Amino acid sequence: MTTRLDPNLAVILLAAPILWFAPAGFKAYGLYVVSLWLVMSIAAMGLNLTLGYAGLKSLAQAGFIGIGAYTTAILTKTFGVSWPLAFLASGALSFAVGVVLGFPALRVKFHYLAFVTLAFAMFVFLVARNEEWLTGGVYGFSNIPRPVIFGLDLSRALPFYRFVLVVTVVLSLAMWWLLRSPWGRAFLALRENWMRAASLGVDIRTYTLMAFAIGSAWGGFAGALYAPLVEFIDPAPFAISASFVMLLTVVVGGSGFFLGPFVGAFLSFVLPELLRVTGGWYLVVYASVVLVLLVICPTGILGLVERARDRLSQRRAAALRDAARPMLEGSEAR
Amino acid sequence: MTRVLEVKGMKKYFGGIRAVDGVDFHVNQGEILGIIGPNGCGKSTLFNCILGQLTPTDGEVLLEGRPVTGLYPSQLNRLGVSRTFQLLQVFPTLSVRENLILAGQEHRGTKLTRLFGRGDAGLTDAANRMIAFFKLEHLADQKAGGLSYGQQKLLDAAMAFMAGPKLVLLDEPAGGVNLTMLAALKERLEAINREQGATFVVIEHNMDFVMSLCSRVVVMAEGRVLAQGTPAEVRADPAVVEAYLGH
Ligand SMILES: Nc1ncnc2c1ncn2[C@@H]1O[C@H](COP(=O)(O)OP(=O)(O)OP(=O)(O)O)[C@@H](O)[C@H]1O
Ligand SMILES: [Mg+2]
Repeated sequence: MTTRLDPNLAVILLAAPILWFAPAGFKAYGLYVVSLWLVMSIAAMGLNLTLGYAGLKSLAQAGFIGIGAYTTAILTKTFGVSWPLAFLASGALSFAVGVVLGFPALRVKFHYLAFVTLAFAMFVFLVARNEEWLTGGVYGFSNIPRPVIFGLDLSRALPFYRFVLVVTVVLSLAMWWLLRSPWGRAFLALRENWMRAASLGVDIRTYTLMAFAIGSAWGGFAGALYAPLVEFIDPAPFAISASFVMLLTVVVGGSGFFLGPFVGAFLSFVLPELLRVTGGWYLVVYASVVLVLLVICPTGILGLVERARDRLSQRRAAALRDAARPMLEGSEAR
Repeated sequence: MTRVLEVKGMKKYFGGIRAVDGVDFHVNQGEILGIIGPNGCGKSTLFNCILGQLTPTDGEVLLEGRPVTGLYPSQLNRLGVSRTFQLLQVFPTLSVRENLILAGQEHRGTKLTRLFGRGDAGLTDAANRMIAFFKLEHLADQKAGGLSYGQQKLLDAAMAFMAGPKLVLLDEPAGGVNLTMLAALKERLEAINREQGATFVVIEHNMDFVMSLCSRVVVMAEGRVLAQGTPAEVRADPAVVEAYLGH
């Protein structure tokens, strides 16, 4: 048996070196935009696990980005903790909060998760805005340091972008591994038919909780990169509306498709920047693009690609059937 | 003879409706037990109470003599009890092979070893054998949702066998299946019963299917056991004829 390289893995491995070199000539602003794209892709990847694969409606992904961003800002700036530790702490805290939030919600009813997460997103925003002693309130947190890793100074835009890329690749590979493992299959089973899954021995409570908590951890990881990327954080980017943008990002890219978050984050975070040249119209253009996309293809852009592929393979099968028909007729004649 | 399953005093009330109203029966090792009865007499509710899908109002379930009442469906499955539902239940966007791997994977190792182990949990060969056994080879890589109703019904049953269960509860496996598929299904069930010694409980309305497949039959009416015995005994019982077969 020959093992074929998984197409999603192939895309990651191919894209990594291209993305390493391609933006070398970009100005600082361009590098900021591509870095933001990768960071938001990580957060969307987490939500795609929760929502796209396991089918759980979480409306708090920006809240988890916020937890990660503030955790990293506070740990690195106030306490002088090194960035890798702050990064791990951001993910771990988001994971733990995910478990604490998910556990009671799942005991009641699955769709309660949507309400609980919505309330939680509001809570994070309010803490960020009102608890000045911790978060700096509306004035936020400025001069968040960019990390120095193994003696490499990442304060300039290009090295920092490359660093973000490395982290993105590592998290993508980890997510790829998780989804191709039996866990990934169990997550899909939850989404498609949890009752049947339970009857086949799938421990639906644990898997549901894990899908939500791991997805949340990816939000925290994204936050840990976001804080040093923007170097200044305030509560605004973690408001409820930002959680809805994350939801839109996952759905537009193709919910339940491994590469969907990258496509979605491109549309949500890079396209608006490209459209700035249209002056005040860019939001209108962006909103129309998203609207039209969702109307013609509710399964997102990658859903559109898959549909085209299905149609192609059906046409091929039909062609094979047509080619076989003369033989059938021949055998009937005999 | 060892009793694989024993159900004592099972009751399930939905408000005023006594769906199951004091049912006692047992299943012996290697037996194929049929459960028949008119629509709405409580057969599916009985299954759901045995399997932890519903919480019984009262009653006890023993698996090989040990009490298992109140366990979650997933826990019962990992103890070797599998089932099919009355309505078709496959995972439509997974391929036939993926459906079968899923059906077996939770019985392999622990969650942690599965996370770091092989993507197929080492089950591709076993899945392919099951696919061949149910003669679904040409459909192995197709999405389950695209199969015909009868093929999905076969897959549904095949999934219940993937983990090598000791007890299988089938809720109307023949419902809506055409005659060719029905013969194939019956033959497969008999083979698994013979070769692997699996014990079956089968709810069915198709009398020919039940009477020729089962060694013993429990007849239910209005939430209670009306009669039980060999197919011949049950057929001859006047109360059964009155309540059910006569219609
Ligand atoms: N969740 C529920 N809530 C209320 N009543 C219910 C519920 N489930 C079943 N019932 C009622 O319990 C009774 C038994 O239903 P059940 O589905 O067990 O019958 P059945 O013997 O499987 O019938 P069939 O042969 O049609 O499948 C019916 O009167 C049904 O309406
Ligand atoms: Mg029923």
